[in-house]
Amino acid sequence: MSIGIGHYLVVGAILFTLGVLGILINRKNIIVILMSVELILLAVNINFVAFSVFLGDMVGQIFAMFVLTVAAGEAAIGLAILVVYFRNRGTIAVDDVRQMRG
Amino acid sequence: MIQALIFYLFASVVVASALMVILARNPVHSVLWLILAFFNAAGLFLAIGAEFIAMILVIVYVGAVAVLFLFVVMMLDIDFTRMRAGFSKYLPFGLALGLVLAVELAMVGGAWVFGDLALDARAAPVPATQLSNTQALGTILYTDYVFIFQMAGMILLTAMIGAIVLTLRRRPGVKRQDISKQNARTPASAVTITRPQLGAGVDTDAGVQG
Repeated sequence: MSIGIGHYLVVGAILFTLGVLGILINRKNIIVILMSVELILLAVNINFVAFSVFLGDMVGQIFAMFVLTVAAGEAAIGLAILVVYFRNRGTIAVDDVRQMRG
Repeated sequence: MIQALIFYLFASVVVASALMVILARNPVHSVLWLILAFFNAAGLFLAIGAEFIAMILVIVYVGAVAVLFLFVVMMLDIDFTRMRAGFSKYLPFGLALGLVLAVELAMVGGAWVFGDLALDARAAPVPATQLSNTQALGTILYTDYVFIFQMAGMILLTAMIGAIVLTLRRRPGVKRQDISKQNARTPASAVTITRPQLGAGVDTDAGVQG
């Protein structure tokens, strides 16, 4: 029994779905939401690398690196905003963020 | 056979730990499960020969991103039990949406199975010569994709500056070393030469300031 591209795509699909599910069921906890976004980007990376290897095209791995770059930047900025928000309000409840509009 | 065994081992641990990331009650545990998921995803990448991405995944995700999460989770003093209040309320909707997504992804997979392969459309086929994965990546990354590579560097620079500017805070009333102020001091501003009278003290107001 050999492992084909389908196996990897199924893992990627499950991870992506779990990431979206994590965003939906942890609506109040923005840290877990950020972690779920990381899971989604990991699923994207798995798809990129699987297609890259099984089609023999290196560009997929190049773009996986760029996805990784953006994920790192997103995590840094997101957590920085979170720290500033916590410093100003003393809570990180996402429900209160609507008060920032204006 | 051994390949299938390795794949199923890593894949099952990835999926299980991803599930624990979104279900764990304590966000610290979530971060630790996330680290396990990243390690096993790196194992998956190793199993199909994408060694460089696997190592970068361990270094960047586990070494930087997950530790950043851990720092923030432990630094902020948050009441996490209140955070879970809406968990059961959102669960049915979340499950329904997750199911829709999974079905859609399965349909995409079906389209892939029944579609035609367009192997001629490959942008950078894997070289037939005996290059390692890292060498093959480097020869493309630093030639064809050098501008995108530079742009990725700019994105990281922007993220770094943004994070520093957002979180930097100057608190009043804290004594700090100011090196330019120290260097700007001259003997004229720092030392006063007096000749006190016998029996009289030195006038402290005219003495050395700060």
